[in-house]
Amino acid sequence: MTIEVRDLSTHFRLSAGTIKAVDGVSLSVRRGQILGLVGESGSGKTVTGFSIMRLVESPGFIAGGNILFQGTDLARISEEEMRRLRGNRIAMIFQDPMMTLNPVLRIDTQMVETIRAHEKTSREEALRRARDALGMVGIPSPEERLKAYPHQFSGGMRQRVAIAIAFLHKPDLIIADEPTTALDVTIQGQILAEVQKLTSKFGTSLIWISHDLSVVAALADEIAVMYAGRLVEQGKVGEVLDHPLHPYTKGLIDSVPNRNRRGAALNQIKGMTPSLADLPEGCSFRTRCPREAEICKQVPLTREWLHDHTARCHRPYHPTEDFT
Amino acid sequence: MATSVHSPKPEIRKRGEQTPFRRFVSDFIVSRLAVLGLFVLGLVVLIAIFAPLLAPQNPYDLAQLDILDGMLQPGTVGGGGYPYWLGTDEQGRDMLSAIFFGLRISLFVGLGSAILAFVIGATLGLTAAYFGGKVDAAIMRWVDLQLSFPAILVALLILSLLGRGVLNVMLALVIVEWAYYARTARAAALVERGREYIEAAQCLALPTSRIVYRHLLPNCLPPLIVIGTMQVASAIALEATLSFLGLGVPVTEPSLGLLISNGYQFMLSGNYWVSFYPGVALLVTIVAINLVGDQLRDVLNPRLKT
Amino acid sequence: MVSYLLRRLPQAALTMLVMSVVVFVGVFAIGNPVDILISPQATATERDNAIRALGLDLPIWQQYWSFLVNLFQGDVGRSFVFNVSALHLIMERLPATLELALASTLLGLVIGMPFGLYAGLAPNSRVSTSIMAGSILGFSLPSFWVGIVMIMLFSVHLGWLPSGGRGDTVYWLGARWSFLTTDGLAHMAMPVLNLALFQISMVIRLTRAGVREVILSDYVKFARAKGLTETRIILVHVLKNILIPVITVVGLNLGTVIAFAVVTETIFSWPGMGKLIIDSINVLDRPVIVAYLMLMVLMFVVINLLVDLAYMVLDPRVRLESR
Repeated sequence: MTIEVRDLSTHFRLSAGTIKAVDGVSLSVRRGQILGLVGESGSGKTVTGFSIMRLVESPGFIAGGNILFQGTDLARISEEEMRRLRGNRIAMIFQDPMMTLNPVLRIDTQMVETIRAHEKTSREEALRRARDALGMVGIPSPEERLKAYPHQFSGGMRQRVAIAIAFLHKPDLIIADEPTTALDVTIQGQILAEVQKLTSKFGTSLIWISHDLSVVAALADEIAVMYAGRLVEQGKVGEVLDHPLHPYTKGLIDSVPNRNRRGAALNQIKGMTPSLADLPEGCSFRTRCPREAEICKQVPLTREWLHDHTARCHRPYHPTEDFT
Repeated sequence: MATSVHSPKPEIRKRGEQTPFRRFVSDFIVSRLAVLGLFVLGLVVLIAIFAPLLAPQNPYDLAQLDILDGMLQPGTVGGGGYPYWLGTDEQGRDMLSAIFFGLRISLFVGLGSAILAFVIGATLGLTAAYFGGKVDAAIMRWVDLQLSFPAILVALLILSLLGRGVLNVMLALVIVEWAYYARTARAAALVERGREYIEAAQCLALPTSRIVYRHLLPNCLPPLIVIGTMQVASAIALEATLSFLGLGVPVTEPSLGLLISNGYQFMLSGNYWVSFYPGVALLVTIVAINLVGDQLRDVLNPRLKT
Repeated sequence: MVSYLLRRLPQAALTMLVMSVVVFVGVFAIGNPVDILISPQATATERDNAIRALGLDLPIWQQYWSFLVNLFQGDVGRSFVFNVSALHLIMERLPATLELALASTLLGLVIGMPFGLYAGLAPNSRVSTSIMAGSILGFSLPSFWVGIVMIMLFSVHLGWLPSGGRGDTVYWLGARWSFLTTDGLAHMAMPVLNLALFQISMVIRLTRAGVREVILSDYVKFARAKGLTETRIILVHVLKNILIPVITVVGLNLGTVIAFAVVTETIFSWPGMGKLIIDSINVLDRPVIVAYLMLMVLMFVVINLLVDLAYMVLDPRVRLESR
């Protein structure tokens, strides 16, 4: 097990009250495995990623739970111990490559500082490694590109640089927060392939945060679905996509346009994502749920309905049920 | 008691039902500091208006001055039988009275020049925005050129040519300040000009002056008022500075700045009060205006909030 | 870079030309040029001779042309009071003013940046609130009043610092400087701080606003995710981004500081060109006034140019666009 998150809660203390952005999330990723963390914007998937990195900023804070990374609880270690892990054993790739690189620092500075933050190496050695890393992610003539500034790169190229930085120390875990969302579709595919290649090459575990089911379907081994700060369903990718238990997961799947059902009206999830400050009691999805019943006013617990396939629902779809 | 719980409370109205002015007032009084500033400002203005009635003596009527009372410490009772609360200057002039009269001139110059600059600057700014093209380019090029030089340099240029005098100082301040109003008015008007109601007014073939003054100007007023408040404070400060340098008002009509300047020569010998108290009066006035202006900016123009 | 300069230089020249017209019209057309250019003590014959010699009987555009030609040759006439070239007189006083202005700009940065950084990093702490309140005071207090209070406190009451003058100076690089002697430094302390108050406030506000913005940016989060130390993030990633706007504004403000030195020099009897111009205005030594005004205009034009260039060097994005 590379990472095992148990009952993680991250809250934001605002003047209007406390917001539970992440509310009792448990998930785990084995070595070399890819977990797709799926949900709408505001569902808490990004905050979960930042919580694992311990980069949640005030007024947010980790309110409880354990983040076991190779046996160490990240929620308990000191800030300095955590810093030594960041960018070294656990790396992160951000959503918008246009914003992640510092505009006034050259690429070589931003790469060398990452190497030297964790290892005592000479500048020359660090530069050589930075160059190799750029070459590895498919950036042509890396020697020259090292001396360039971020704005001289396209969005796709910048994301490649960010990926190269993330892989500099061959980390055990990478958290990728929608790294392809801001890119053109053709570039998306390239970046996806690049990440897939590198993770399998180094045996890196990956948490891929996305709102795009089709990306996750193509990439991940396991899938975890988040809704309003809670994990509502978790299991093997094929299993979850073929036999969704939770009505929300099924709604998500049905919302994806499908070639085979052309002409048919898309199914939508009714209503809007509720505000985290004003969630319905019990199951937070019940007001939008087609299967709502009286029991849903009580908070559902996570239960393993099928083998290695859990859902947090009182009335899940049964796998034998006919969906069409 | 029970009835009062059930009866609706008329004094608590919802925001939407308030008149714009009431909403403005309730937003303004949120800051206690700003209310204090407004109170102090009101007091200062009243003192300035009623200075001849409030002051123990007329500091510029030489018959009322007693040279034997020169350079008395604050609080000493002089030949007139009343105490000089803030001391006297070398001619036996009661500093409290001198400050009251000095406030009049400082406020007159500051407010007067600000109003004039407001009228000229807003007119030119609106003209630039409404007509655009070459008129806009000519006016704004001049505004940019002038704003690239510091106010004190422009004032120095004008006063070194015209010499000192109340009207000359006011003229210098107007020339320094109009550009700020012009820039603000133009920026606000450009936003408003694109709105549909202006187009509608143009379609009705209303005269240009009517469109500008009845439709454009009222909508540009809030930012202009904010700038105006701040400019009154900086006009008063600049006038005081110029007078301190001997380039401002003449000795016969001393503003606070000139009082400070006059007292400056006695300070090194330890007679601090001749210079210090007029300075405090100046300071209180400027800070009060700025507090009010700061809150006005927050209330009238949420976009400018920092 | 060169093409950029070539594009900017005509603009700068045009500004100079416009301002020369303003000063010419001001000095030669509004006032009586005879009074302005000829000493009031001159006799009637001397006046007539002077009028012809100065070409005041010529049409106005010819007068402007000769004014312009003389200006180009650095000739704006001789001071009535000192009977030397007005420009020479000004240049002699320039080092003292520059010393004051540069020292206060430096002080503004040295004090303002750390305070602004602190206020930006811990915006809700009580210290930060005090810093920001102080900076509002720094903006709204008239600097001459602060100067007077400083003298009252440090010279008259405590007797720690001299109230005026430059103190001992040392000859270096063709001019005399106060900052190289301890006595000179003691004389500099109050004027420099007085002149720096506005800049300290300005730098605090700029730095704070910059920190608040940059600290929330993705690239700072990414820098944290890379495992950099907080020190490096603040000193390199945050500070380097803030430096650009701060340097620009502080640089642009240098001219204003030199202009405001007029006030500080008058209070602290600092023998720079600000004190000279006030003295000259008081005795109507108009060639000196013209020399000062034209020099200030030139300075503003040059400063604007230099700041644009510095901006290009510091910000790689601007540099590339202009290539």
